[in-house]
Amino acid sequence: MTTFTAFERTIQSAKPLWGVIGLLAVWWVVWKVEVADPVLLPSPQATMLSLWTGMTDGSLWHDFLATVRLTTVSFGLAAVIAIPLGIFLGSSVPLYRSVEFVIDFFRSTPASALFPLFLVLFGTGDLSKILVTAFGAALVILFNVAYGVMNARQTRLLAAQVMGANKLQTLRDVMFWESLPQTFIGLRNGISLALVIVIVAEMFIGSTEGLGHRLVEAQMLFRMPEMYAAIFAAGALGYGLNWGSVMIERRVVHWGGK
Amino acid sequence: MALKLAKPSPPSASSTSPNEMAPGAINHKGKNPELEERLRWFPPNTHITIRGLNKAFGDTTIYNNFDLDIPKGRITSIFGPNGCGKSTLINMISGLIPYDGGEILFDGKSLSETHIGYVFQNYREALFPWMRSIDNIHYPLKLMGIPADERKRRVNALIESFDVPIDFNSYPYQLSGGQMQTICIMRALVVEPEVLFLDEPFSALDYEMTLLMRDRLQKIFQERGTTMVMVSHNLEDAVWLADHILLLTRKPTQIADFVSFDADRPRTATTVSEQQFVDVQKHCLEVFLKEASVR
Repeated sequence: MTTFTAFERTIQSAKPLWGVIGLLAVWWVVWKVEVADPVLLPSPQATMLSLWTGMTDGSLWHDFLATVRLTTVSFGLAAVIAIPLGIFLGSSVPLYRSVEFVIDFFRSTPASALFPLFLVLFGTGDLSKILVTAFGAALVILFNVAYGVMNARQTRLLAAQVMGANKLQTLRDVMFWESLPQTFIGLRNGISLALVIVIVAEMFIGSTEGLGHRLVEAQMLFRMPEMYAAIFAAGALGYGLNWGSVMIERRVVHWGGK
Repeated sequence: MALKLAKPSPPSASSTSPNEMAPGAINHKGKNPELEERLRWFPPNTHITIRGLNKAFGDTTIYNNFDLDIPKGRITSIFGPNGCGKSTLINMISGLIPYDGGEILFDGKSLSETHIGYVFQNYREALFPWMRSIDNIHYPLKLMGIPADERKRRVNALIESFDVPIDFNSYPYQLSGGQMQTICIMRALVVEPEVLFLDEPFSALDYEMTLLMRDRLQKIFQERGTTMVMVSHNLEDAVWLADHILLLTRKPTQIADFVSFDADRPRTATTVSEQQFVDVQKHCLEVFLKEASVR
């Protein structure tokens, strides 16, 4: 009985792996029966090997780190600008309403459509990529922070007011904290968007490194295992960034949903 | 015990003799001479003087030229029909919402010169969940710029006097409803307020917890003698805790009656079955039913 329960428990805890195993199995079968051209769809083992060698010999690892660097720098810049600005704009509803259209408009504009503009303004270097990414991510963060502040619970603001808090103290001690759950939603969306923009920028804005650059290069040279490996590396990076954000959020916004 | 229904207000210059002028009442330098004159007269032992209060929401007038004297060192319950502006009244007195005209003074002082405490109906939303319970209690003292040592001393003294089994290092969301409301009351009391306002403090609690909190508030009142003004939608709570029950009319709101209830303290759970309580509650209910839409 006990053994059965332990076995059952192992099965249960392995649940997240089922999908992975299923995907690999389907892939292997598709490759084995040659549904697709083997040049276009390499075997799972060839891809994993390419991922492993790319990471260990440093070539993929180097590009991976380049992308991490650009993403985090851009995201950091976006957060540093958007959080205080969002709190400031959100603290006055009329003020936010007056800039809402501009924010929503550029938030809805695909960042990739802004590449030419940033290229003209800042050249083809990393600065352009960082700025266009920060711009896209900042709007998403800003919008969420401002809404978090505007939706601060009225009772909490009144409680601070009746205890004698002035405007600045209310902003610092109540509105900032009240906006944090929504701020983290903005940060999570912001970092995912930052990664998307960075990868696309690396593909098209004269790059010599980064996962985007590697992907395009591998595709053009028909190095398919290398391309798939780069896709998986980008996926792992996106997943890792999101997971990290959730972990930080749980720790910081410990009262969330309670 | 005889039923005692007193009507200390409705205050006006003509109903009060000049001998009853409270000391310190002429602090106020009003622009309106008539209002200033009315402010000079109020019954002795008055804490909060309200004269000529006006408040409208859009086209709806809630208060029009409303006068009221709230006694010092007493518990005053406010009871009235739905939408008559009970909470609006204490929110105006405590400065949470502005009023359109009139004057409100605390012992002749303005609100900014007075320490007040306020306990909200929704304790869950009134506390700061990002702070530990103890830090929630510290917060108003921090705002007053009191040094950490002194803050600690005052908070510890308060905790000792409350003597409740609460883990003050926990976060508010880890506590029960009654414990959270206790933290709210402690946060309001830590500044040693001259007046404590309570807006339906028991309405989110179950009956057992209501009895406990009612008792706790009575104990605080007996120890400190703080003037308390409580809005209640439950007549039993309103009468049980109060020295005076302010009954309001439908809007535009006027004083329907200002009833005294002077049963000895500490009052207990059985107070509600005593004749004096029953009589006062019956009278309040009659006044209320005249005003309420349900008859």
